[in-house]
Order: sequence, then structure tokens, then C-alpha cells
Amino acid sequence: MRFGSITILAGMIGALWGGVWMTVTGLLLMLITGLIVVPSIGLAALAGLVTGLAVVMITPAQRNKISLGLVAVGGVILLLVTSGLEPFSTSITQQIFSQIIALLIWSGLVVGSLALCLDGYEAGRAKRYRVEMLLIRLFKGMGLLLFSIFVALPFYIMVMTSLKNQQSLLQNPLDFSIDLTQGMASLFRSYIELFNDYHFGTFLLNSAIVSVVTVVLTLLFAIPGAYAVARLRFPGQLFLSRSILLIYMVPAIVLVIPLYAIFSQLGLRDSLLGLMVVYPATTIPVALYMLQGYFRGLPPELEEAGLMDGLSRWQVITKITMPLALPALASVSLYVFMIAWNEFLFAFMFLDDFQIFTLSRGVVSLNSSEVPRQHLMAGSVVATVPVLVIFLWFEKYLVSGLTAGSVKG
Amino acid sequence: MNHQPPKHVGALAKRERFLAYRMLLPTFLIVLGIVLLPLLANFWISFKSVELGDLRAARPMFNEQLKPRPKTADQEVTLRYRIRNSSKKEALTNVVFTDTLPEGLTLLTVPENCQLDTPNLSCYIGTIDGGKRLDLKLQALVKQAYIDNGIRARSSKPIASYDTVNVLTSLSFTLDNFRKVFSADEFWTVLRVSFYYTIFGTLGALVLGLFAAQILNTSFVGRPVIRGLFLFPYVAPVIAVAFAWVLLLDAGPGGTFNAMLQQMGMVEGPINFLGQKDISVEILGLTINFPMALTTVITFEAWRYFPLSFLFILARMQSIPSDMYEAAEMDGATPFQQFWYLSLPQLLGILSVLFLLRFIWTFNKFDDIFLLTGGAAGTRTLTVDVYEQAFAVSNLGAGAAVAVVVFVVLLSFSILFFKFSPQDDA
Repeated sequence: MRFGSITILAGMIGALWGGVWMTVTGLLLMLITGLIVVPSIGLAALAGLVTGLAVVMITPAQRNKISLGLVAVGGVILLLVTSGLEPFSTSITQQIFSQIIALLIWSGLVVGSLALCLDGYEAGRAKRYRVEMLLIRLFKGMGLLLFSIFVALPFYIMVMTSLKNQQSLLQNPLDFSIDLTQGMASLFRSYIELFNDYHFGTFLLNSAIVSVVTVVLTLLFAIPGAYAVARLRFPGQLFLSRSILLIYMVPAIVLVIPLYAIFSQLGLRDSLLGLMVVYPATTIPVALYMLQGYFRGLPPELEEAGLMDGLSRWQVITKITMPLALPALASVSLYVFMIAWNEFLFAFMFLDDFQIFTLSRGVVSLNSSEVPRQHLMAGSVVATVPVLVIFLWFEKYLVSGLTAGSVKG
Repeated sequence: MNHQPPKHVGALAKRERFLAYRMLLPTFLIVLGIVLLPLLANFWISFKSVELGDLRAARPMFNEQLKPRPKTADQEVTLRYRIRNSSKKEALTNVVFTDTLPEGLTLLTVPENCQLDTPNLSCYIGTIDGGKRLDLKLQALVKQAYIDNGIRARSSKPIASYDTVNVLTSLSFTLDNFRKVFSADEFWTVLRVSFYYTIFGTLGALVLGLFAAQILNTSFVGRPVIRGLFLFPYVAPVIAVAFAWVLLLDAGPGGTFNAMLQQMGMVEGPINFLGQKDISVEILGLTINFPMALTTVITFEAWRYFPLSFLFILARMQSIPSDMYEAAEMDGATPFQQFWYLSLPQLLGILSVLFLLRFIWTFNKFDDIFLLTGGAAGTRTLTVDVYEQAFAVSNLGAGAAVAVVVFVVLLSFSILFFKFSPQDDA
């Protein structure tokens, strides 16, 4: 056995992965099967340490499915022996099948992570450069895992809670096992009730109307404005192109009191029309800023050619500039749609009549002790799914839109 | 020879200007109406003593009745107008109303303050003080036609003209709102909490974003999926994610995260992450009060907004020319040295721009804290205070005064930032 910094590191990395993956598989086992589980993290770390040493002692050329598989099986056996056949602090005979699968997954993940980290490394000493490379691999792997859990956990809880009922959750808040035998109608009971008894169909429609109208109005206002700022010369052009974003920095909470007061007196408050006026006003500045940046990047020669051929300015915009700026228009539309769909403050302050609730306002109305929490989570899922679907569908555009917009809070 | 450009503006340039202003006019108008004027209106309201109830402007409410109910023709009845002032505070002056009498109803007497121009009756009522009501009784005779035609006395609504003072537009001002806001003990706590929340929330989102960008700056299987996943917190509606966190961190029975911690043996009893102001932690024999709810709220802020900084930092990282790294490798720089001496300085520009933008936006943030804690347990920031004053205590004036403070703080920070920020934009 060659001893050196890499050998020690391999052991430590193995111990870390052993402990971390044990925590993860233990939790998953608990969430999926409902079994009460306390993963023995310390013993798993020990088993991981031994596994790490074993992997590093196989030369990189000899690491293949068979040799690594043997190490993985060895890890499982080691953990079973050291824990006295209770790796999850509960007798292995309880749901033995799930427990064994969890153990195999655990050791597979540990060995897999080790193989990825230690790829190209063998036991012995190494230069600082190589040591740091190894540490960076560990850091990236761990970071990826922890980040994914951190990001995904609330969404997971949201979806799973919406499919359970309050009583079973109160009994065991860790049991997110889904009984698939109960049938679709029973599984999606909360959703069906939301649409039948809580008017979520209306809310969905209202949200869609408000968001689409906001997008259309924003584009109608922002396209000519952005074109003027990007292409035409007029006094104040420079000032406008720089200061338009400042409008976007005005906090909504400062506007909400006067708008509430004025809209109340005008009778615009408790209406969707009020929202359709306020939302575009708050999104036009940022849309204008994003679009003028894009328009500036388009070659002016094309537009000049159009002008020479006798098109008017408006025709130049609709026939030359807009088709060329289609990607920018798409990303601005998506971005504005997202803002309008997710908006909470004005919808919450303005809307009193449930017939015109948007989804944001509707979900808040579910937040009471009289409504079971799976309804609240089902409402959240209904509000989230459309915007996430659109986002995943057009991710490329939205990402460039977000980075160009750079501002929304 | 004179080589200066011509000073006068040509006809073409004039037309171009005119066109530009016309294209910008709609944007200008809507921004003026919905952003700039309300901003000024907020200043205006902050100097007035306005309550939520005052928004319903004073107006006369009419109730018209025939007593007793006419059953036969030629019956003598009393036509009563009961006029109520809808406002509790403001008086109505010079109230005059006009009503159409139905066919078959004739007045026996017409009082002095009324004029009958058949079928229209108009009466001068004068002043009705706030919260008061006034009755006007007229003797009338019912004819057969009234009973037959089905048009009742109240079928036509009286039309009134009146003068009243609207609190919002009156010219009486007061400094009471500001006096009240600044003299409240909690104001300085609220201000401090706002700054803690803003600074740590912004830094948290930036640091997480930097880490996430580092992790995703290598190619591996499933990278696009992970990148999409990392953007979820930012894209999902705030109500959905905030309630998911509230449920996840619930301290009562059914709280998943607490159950996990207890199951792992990390804590003994459940921790009230969102409802507990301080938690005592002993470190090296020293007892430190750790602000629990505020930390949770800051964590949420970092969780929700790290995707934005992550996107920007990743985009910037991928635009750093790779030959710089190759040169560093040749010189024997280790990976950590490359990050510290090469990547970080290259990212400094985008990091400072992000800090600036996120700082302003986090300071403006209202929804997150409002939905998570409602401003309880030591998490009340200035923006939540605006809501509390204006709509929970229903003192619009005081709320507007806090909003003015928010705006002034923000303005001074923006000016500071723009003065000292590096010139290269993102």
C-alpha cells in the first residue's frame, strides 16, 4: 500500500461521501416508504473511508464495473456488519426489500462519486496542483448535491403535500409515500376540489387574461419607445436611455398607497382593469431598456435601405426591425409574462371580489386555518406549473431575457 | 474658414425629433400616471391625516318611503326622504336633490325649500354634518293611477348636488405622521432590521450564486437539467414558494423539516424557525442571542434570488478568455490560485453591479417577509411597516410617511452607488 497525500485524501473523501449519501438515502427512504429511520451516519462514514481507500488502491486502468462493483458490495457488507444488521437503526427485517435497495443505492452512489472524484488518481503522493484539482472535484460534487437538495426540497414538499391529506401528515410529517392504488380521483382530490369549490378555474383564467394583456400592452408601448431611444436623435436621448431604468427602481410599496387611494376614488380598485393599467406601467421601463439595447445591436443599414426604398418609419419598424428583433421580443414577452403572473402585492391590495381574483390572490385566500394545507399546496402547484412549463419550454429565451433585463427583484 | 457644424436645426432633424417624441409619448404618459404622479401623491398623503375610511368620499345617501303603504285610491300618505351623510367626519354643504314623482302621486303641500315642476320635485336641504341624517316629510295624495301602473315612489332615484371637502385634495397639512413615525421606539429597530435583511440577503444571494456558477462551469451529464432546476426558485411565484417554506419549517405537528432534524437527532425539540425572535446559543461559554426568524427570512431571500446572480456570474465566467487560464497554468498557478487571482478579479465588475441592483431590490422587497412571517418575530422591515401602518392600523398618512422614508433611503443609496460604482456596465 503506497501511502501519501492522495491516499489520505481518498479516505477522507470516501468518509464524506459515505456520510452525506447515507443522510440522503436515509431521508429518501423515510420520505418514500414512510419507515421511521435514523441513518447511522458515523458508521456509513467509516464504511465510506474504507471504500475510498479501496478505490484509490485500484489503479485507474483497472477500475471497471466489476472491480468497482466488488468494492461497492464490500461497502454494503461492512456497513451491515458494523451496524449489527441495523444500518438505518431499525431492524433490517422491516421492509427488508426497501432497506436493501436503499443500501445498494447508497454504496453505488458512494463508489460512483469516488470513481468520478478519483478519476486519474492513484494511491501515493502528488503535487499541490493535483491535490487542489482533487479538492475542487470534491467541492463541485458536494456542492452540486447539496445545492440540488436545497433548491428542490421546498418544491418536493409542495407537490407531495398537495397529494396527501392533512391527517396522515400530522401523524407522520416525514411520510410522503403515495398510495397509488387509491385511484386518480382520490389522489388528485385537492386539485379537483380547488377547481370545483374554490373557483380556481376562474382564477386561472383571470391570471391568464391579466398576464397576456400586460404583455401585449407592454410591447405596444415599449417597441416604439425603444426604437426612438435606439435610433432617432433628439435632445434628451442619452438621458432617457440611462434614466429609464431608474423608474424601475421605484419600490412598489411606495406606489401602493397613492394608487390604492386614487383607484378607490375612481372605482378602478376592485377590478382587473386596474391591474391591467398598473402592471404594464411597471414593466414598460424595463422592456424598453431591454429592447433598445437589442435594437442598437441591429445593423442600421437595413433600415436605411428600407427608408431609401420609400418605407415610412412605422413600416420600417414593423417590416424590418421587429422581425429582426424576434428573439428579443420573445424574451421580453416571457419576462413580462412571468412578472405579471407572479405579481402579488397589487393583486393582494386591490382585489376583494373572488370572481376577479388572480391566482396569487386566490392562493393567499386559501391560507387560513379552515382550509386544509394540502389545498394550499395544490393551489401553489396550480400557480407554479404554468409559469414553470412556459419557462422550461422557452428557457433559452427567458435566460437571455433575464440577463438582459438584469433587474427584476 | 469656419469648420464648425451648423448651429440651426434643419427640417429633417426637426421631423426626427417630433417623431421620437411622438413614439415616446404613450410610455411617458403611462409612467407619469402610474409611477411618477403616485410617487408625488405619496409625498402629499404623508403630510395629511388620512385614514383608510376617509377614502370613501362623503356623499348623501337617500332612502325614500311612502307611509303608510297605499292600498286604496285617494288615500293620504306621507312621502319621506331620509338623507344620510355617508362620511363620519366631513360635512356636506349646499345639498340640493331632484326626484321624479311617479304618476298618480300628487303633493298636498309644497314646503318653502322645495319647488315642484311636475313631475319633478327639487328641494334645497342645506348642510348635513358628518355622521348625521335628516328627514324630509311631505304630505301626498295617492290616485288610482299610482296603484295601477306599478311605478313606485322609490323607482326613481333622487339626484343630488352638494359640496364637500375631500380629505385627499384639501389643503390642510400636518407633520403629525412624521412625528409619529420617528418618535415610535420600534422605528429604529425596523430600520436596523431592514438593513440587516438587505445586506445579508444580498450577500447571501451573491455568494450562493458564485458557488452555483462555479459548480456549473464544468460540463457534465445532466448539466442543462440542473441549470434549469437552479432557476426554479426565481421563476416560481412568490406565494407558492413562500407557503411551501412556511409548511416545510412549521414548528407544530406536521412540520417536515423539524421532524427531519429531530429524527436525525440534531435537535431535541422543534425549532420555530419563522415564529421565534431570538434563540440562545452558547458558544465557548458565551450566550449569544441568535435572531432566528430574521435569519430564516434572509436564507429564503438568498435561496430565492441566487439564480439571478448565478446566471450573470456564469455568463461572465464563460466570457473570460481561456488563454488567460492557459497562461496561468504555464506559470504553475494551482486551481485555487487561478480562482483567487484570475477569476475573482475578472468577476469583480459584475459582482459589484449585481450587489448594487440586488441591494436596491432587496430593500424594496415586501412580499417575501409579508408572506413568511407577516413582519412578526423581529422581521419587520420598512416595507412591511408601510403596509402595517397604512392597512393594518388603517392610517394611510403614517404609512405614506414610512414610504417616504423608504424612498429617501433608497434615493441616497442609489446616488452613492452610482457615484462610486465602476463605469463598465453589465
